[in-house]
Amino acid sequence: MRNTFANVFYEEAKKDPRLCVVVADISPAGSMEKLRKEYPKRFVNTGVAEQIMIGMCAGMAMRGLKPFAYTIATFALFRPYEFVRDDLCYQGLPVTVVGVGGGVTYSTLGGTHHAMEDVAIACAMPGMSVIAPCDPEEAKAATLHCIGQQDGPIYLRLGKAGEPVLGSATSAPFQFGKLRMLREGSDACILGYGPILKMAMQAAEGRSIAVASVHTLKPLDREGIARILAKYPKVVVLEEMVPQGGLGDAVKALAWESGAKCRIECLSLKHEFVHVYGKHEELLAAHGLSVEKLVQAASAG
Amino acid sequence: MSSVPKPQAAQRFDAAASRRRCLKYRRRILDVSQRVSALHIAPAFSCLEITDVIYHALKRREDAFVMSKGHGCVSQYVILEDLGVMPSAEIERYCTPQGVLGAHPDIGTPGIEASTGSLGHGLGIGVGMAYAEMLKGEGLQVYVVLSDGELQEGSTWEAAQMAANHKLDNLLLFVDLNDFGGLERISEHHPAVFPVAEKFFAFGWEAAEVNGHDAAAVHAAVAARKGGKPFVLIGKTVKGRGVSYMEHVPIWHYRSPNKDEYAKAIAELKEISS
Repeated sequence: MRNTFANVFYEEAKKDPRLCVVVADISPAGSMEKLRKEYPKRFVNTGVAEQIMIGMCAGMAMRGLKPFAYTIATFALFRPYEFVRDDLCYQGLPVTVVGVGGGVTYSTLGGTHHAMEDVAIACAMPGMSVIAPCDPEEAKAATLHCIGQQDGPIYLRLGKAGEPVLGSATSAPFQFGKLRMLREGSDACILGYGPILKMAMQAAEGRSIAVASVHTLKPLDREGIARILAKYPKVVVLEEMVPQGGLGDAVKALAWESGAKCRIECLSLKHEFVHVYGKHEELLAAHGLSVEKLVQAASAG
Repeated sequence: MSSVPKPQAAQRFDAAASRRRCLKYRRRILDVSQRVSALHIAPAFSCLEITDVIYHALKRREDAFVMSKGHGCVSQYVILEDLGVMPSAEIERYCTPQGVLGAHPDIGTPGIEASTGSLGHGLGIGVGMAYAEMLKGEGLQVYVVLSDGELQEGSTWEAAQMAANHKLDNLLLFVDLNDFGGLERISEHHPAVFPVAEKFFAFGWEAAEVNGHDAAAVHAAVAARKGGKPFVLIGKTVKGRGVSYMEHVPIWHYRSPNKDEYAKAIAELKEISS
């Protein structure tokens, strides 16, 4: 996913001299290294300094460039929070803040590197759009959307490397602001976003369970979600985020507003720091998230 | 990197005209103060000569200006009004729902290029602007006015490092060194903020220090800069300069004068050269 972003960005940057990337001491993945070599002035490293990463992006956007801020999700959003809020959102600047390793992706690095509440915080900021692609194909389309838009700031939450493609040939193409069916089914529908949807696809395997990628968290596809709430007897929300302020809360609110009759289960990270280190799946398990738990949630009456 | 041209700074500077303008601006600001309580008079008076020099003798139309000390923006408003950029009607509607101007500058209002108010943001934005202009190669410059209180913000020094790393000599920073935060005298309670010029030198900047109410000295220091590095002009100023009972008195960071205080201030205002 990280490499997909870099490859797409590099190809577009060759065509559009306004595209720049501003990183805060993070090693450039994939084609980002090529961008750095071929266009050294358009690859800016602020070092271990995230406030100036955002501030510079703001100033660059104000003078006609199209900058992307890029670092580990915690440092892209939490450390310079008020700069994202004031410099980008308040001023309505079309800057994309790329957070790499959303959720507990950096599973061996501890809580300092876990972006557990990033989506809630990003969604709470007025003027901010939020996209969390689930696989490299969505990451490519989302990156192109961010490059092509001039409407305002976007928080683009990425995983890291090696995520499988989850959609199939019959999946609808990525459309900003619209959820995307990854597979059909009739007993239940799992709604989620980000690489954790791999778990949803595994849980749905061999069962009549639909899976939808709600890649755009803001603006949320309210109509699309309402349709799913009306269609399925059971809806499970799966998110690699704390239980507050994310998709789960939004789906439950929408269910109330639309008078949905379905049952809703929400699976998320715990609202606590877990002092556990291991593989990504092991961190998710420490937060109570596994294929088995998901199958159980999707099946229970 | 080649040195950025300095066409405006090379012009002869009319100090007498600047003094007349600043007297007019102080009166105008006091007039505004009689309609609303939300005004930062003292910090606007301290950066008035500096802002006047930037707008009248340095900045070209395409150059950028960021009032990082957003609470000084009423000085910017009255100068923009004088330049015909800011409609007088907006000054009259200052801080009312009928108007667009608030006590901090907001992007999109006439002549205002950046929203500030939260301190420690303007220099970073200015660095990004200067970097973009360096890339674009059109020779445009970026002017930033900073309060001394912002020297306490870590983000200011992140920005100062990046400006020097990239030798952004199209970035001109003006520090309004009035020695007061909102609460107390900086040199007394936060002495480690000083010395200021030496800190910028150490960060790879070109720096000069002059009396910030001496417009001719401010202009001359900018005109004399060598280039090749970001430039900082440290203007030693007096918070509330021009009105005796406001000078060095922290409460005037926030307060507006009552009717009697207003009359006294108007009566004693005169042209200032230091």
